[in-house]
Amino acid sequence: MRLKLEARPAPSRAMRYLSPLLAAVLTVVVGFVVFSALGQNPLAAFRAFFVQPLSSTNGVAELLLKASPLMMIATGLAVGFRANVWNIGAEGQLIVGAIFGGGVALHMEGAASSWLLVAMVLAGALGGMVWSAIPAFLRTRFNASEILTSLMLTYVAALLLSYLVHDPWRDPQGFNFPQSKMFDDALLFPILVEATRLNASFLVALAVVAAGWVFINKSFLGYQMRVAGLADAAARYAGFSATRTVWIGMLAGGAAAGMAGLAEVAGPIGQLTPSISPGYGFAAIIVAFVGRLNPVGILLASLLMSLLYLGGEQAQMELRLPSAITGLFQGMLLFFLLGADVLINYRLRVVRPVRVAGATEAAT
Amino acid sequence: MRGDTAAATPRLSLRGIRKAYPSVVANDGIDLAVVPGEIHAVLGENGAGKSTLMKIIYGVVKPDAGEIRWEGRPVEIANPHAARSLGIGMVFQHFSLFETLTVTENVALAIDGAKDLAALARRIEEVSQRYGLPLDPRRLVHSLSVGERQRVEIVRCLLQQPQLLIMDEPTSVLTPQAVQKLFETLRQLAAEGCSILYISHKLDEIKALCTGATVLRGGKVTGTCDPRNETASSMARLMIGKDLPVCEHAEAAAGGEPRLMVAGLSHKSDDPFGTDLEDVHLTVHSGEIVGIAGVSGNGQQELLFAVSGEEPLAEPFPIRLLGVEVGRMHPGRRRKLGMGFVPEERLGRGAVPNMSLAENALLTAHRAGAMVRGGLVRTDRMTAFARDCIEQYTVKCGGPDAEARSLSGGNLQKFIVGREILQAPKVLVVAQPTWGVDVGAAAFIRQALIDLRNRGTAILVISEELDELFEICDRLAVIAKGRLSPAKRTRETNVEEIGVWMSGLWPGAHTDDLQPSAPEVARAAQA
Repeated sequence: MRLKLEARPAPSRAMRYLSPLLAAVLTVVVGFVVFSALGQNPLAAFRAFFVQPLSSTNGVAELLLKASPLMMIATGLAVGFRANVWNIGAEGQLIVGAIFGGGVALHMEGAASSWLLVAMVLAGALGGMVWSAIPAFLRTRFNASEILTSLMLTYVAALLLSYLVHDPWRDPQGFNFPQSKMFDDALLFPILVEATRLNASFLVALAVVAAGWVFINKSFLGYQMRVAGLADAAARYAGFSATRTVWIGMLAGGAAAGMAGLAEVAGPIGQLTPSISPGYGFAAIIVAFVGRLNPVGILLASLLMSLLYLGGEQAQMELRLPSAITGLFQGMLLFFLLGADVLINYRLRVVRPVRVAGATEAAT
Repeated sequence: MRGDTAAATPRLSLRGIRKAYPSVVANDGIDLAVVPGEIHAVLGENGAGKSTLMKIIYGVVKPDAGEIRWEGRPVEIANPHAARSLGIGMVFQHFSLFETLTVTENVALAIDGAKDLAALARRIEEVSQRYGLPLDPRRLVHSLSVGERQRVEIVRCLLQQPQLLIMDEPTSVLTPQAVQKLFETLRQLAAEGCSILYISHKLDEIKALCTGATVLRGGKVTGTCDPRNETASSMARLMIGKDLPVCEHAEAAAGGEPRLMVAGLSHKSDDPFGTDLEDVHLTVHSGEIVGIAGVSGNGQQELLFAVSGEEPLAEPFPIRLLGVEVGRMHPGRRRKLGMGFVPEERLGRGAVPNMSLAENALLTAHRAGAMVRGGLVRTDRMTAFARDCIEQYTVKCGGPDAEARSLSGGNLQKFIVGREILQAPKVLVVAQPTWGVDVGAAAFIRQALIDLRNRGTAILVISEELDELFEICDRLAVIAKGRLSPAKRTRETNVEEIGVWMSGLWPGAHTDDLQPSAPEVARAAQA
């Protein structure tokens, strides 16, 4: 006797959209079990994790603030993922975007003009694109897997940032702390809601999501990318360039990640420091899939993921749980989503070895 | 003979089989009986319910009602494994092979307890030799042509020495000689007591081979007969309810301008198992249909890839489209110049399975249909084009929003052919235009191609079905071992001559570097 996955003849359409919800519910249920196992009252823990972060204006502002980079990056990645271009290195592209954009801010000190912020956003996008162009080039020229190259470049980017803030860009008046000067206030994203950290980068993120929706669903180029993802041979048959698909897929993710990185340093952080992202670039991969690679879904998924970040922080403070709890919840969410997706397309069956005798027995 | 067998217990008998799908009743009260040693035809158009019925017998699909008896005892065939245990083998129309595995590995997967792959490879070679289905067991399936893949399926079944062999349209990719050889094999198997269910819509084949027939139409049995006592047209009437459509085909108008020229095309295949093209010359004029015959795997795929641009060449000159050297251009630019192309595989190449017909119209018709403005897709134009195509080419489907994969093979082919023709191409290249398509749809597609020719389009057809080539082509060439024969006017040649050419032996062929044996050269000289 053994277990076997069998393709379902007609996977349910409704379940395809419900599976992210199902995954979220399962994550919460298992979360309950985990909290109990840690000796916490699960209801109180649940409250701390999912309710308290949303119970104040500031909490909601933080939710939107943290959701912004996630939705931005996930939308960019979805463009590539739909075409089977697997950019796993958004975290590195985010860092390089922050370096480029931050570099503009540091070198334009005093030249305050509202256009400078626009230049910084563009520089951030450019930085992310430069970093994602490397895997794109390696893939199209040497057929190197972009999964590996983009991931490995993440660590290169982190070390590059570390070098910059330890030496050339270190603040001379910074008591030797490895960080740059604070950016001019005029070079930071304006605050949207008084007394919170929510800034205009949220609007940029919404614009990116909207642009992504139009690109994926309405543009001819987006259509070509979808064809490339669904049926490689059909894309070739129609004359859609595979090279262009890889480039667009990588650059879209890189640009979005770079802008998100800039939004972090020109937003809540306000300077370059060795660590500027709590893994947004990786979490965005989960967001993209939970959102079904669809910008509207990504918008919702980014809010959920942001809540997991906030809940994790709250749990650390109130319940004295380790910080790994955030990663645990993120991992569970992706795990249950992928599991639900497998079971939507396949069903589990117990297979017993069939013999002729068995077949005739069954018949009579 | 029929008198004797009728008295025997049927090996398999079906009574009142019914299978309903949400949208269609595929089988409705089917009765069928096959006795040992009988070659029994199941005759019907695509969508008549043949495939569903065979899947029921093979345990892939469960019937809603009805009774299956095996050797007189009622059985329930729960799955293909149970079917194989009973002694039922099936060669599917759509292959179930793993592309990344070798022939031997694919066969091993279907056979219980096949552990010694080397021994299995020897058995495969043995069986394939014996039944005239040449096959290299070490090759990877993805490098095989459609015809060769079918051989794998047939050999895989024969290795299991079945009591009942189901063959779903087995001859569509074989040469006339290979068909004869297959028939000998099947007769030999039948003489050994194996029953054969032979699904086909080729009436002459059924007449030549089968000793009994059950005719299906719209999921019901419309009659049973002994094909040897019937004529093709009487069986056709049972099958489609009316007389067989015949293509109208006048002589091509002479003196068209050359539109597609292949001049000295030599191309080394990237695939170690592929066929290298050697010095291919071919011209297709406006207003004519040129056909290329040949056994699959002789360079058809490579030639098609080179002509369509899916595998651009290093040099521009070997392929000229309307006077432009296009060898290095990708398919999009060739289409812009006025080329249309219908590929061999429909799902996954000619159409995206998970996209709607409207979106599949956009795939190649975005220029002709002006479906893109300012980089954005004009959904209304796209849907209108698809609706047009569905109407004009009588595609049976749920409308422009139906997913491509929900269509039957014949209907999807009509859609793809329609999509390419509606763009009014100056040159149309078609591979296997009617492979696996029912008679009605096939005649329709052929007529559409002839009509397009009459409007001045240059058409190149690559097909492994000789009857079809003789029916629609003005000139015929043969491809063998990567070389192309000179094209000959169809009216001045015949099946026998083309059959000889298929082995590479045409007058003036460079036989010296093919290194044939002395007797072969002698035979060529006689021919």
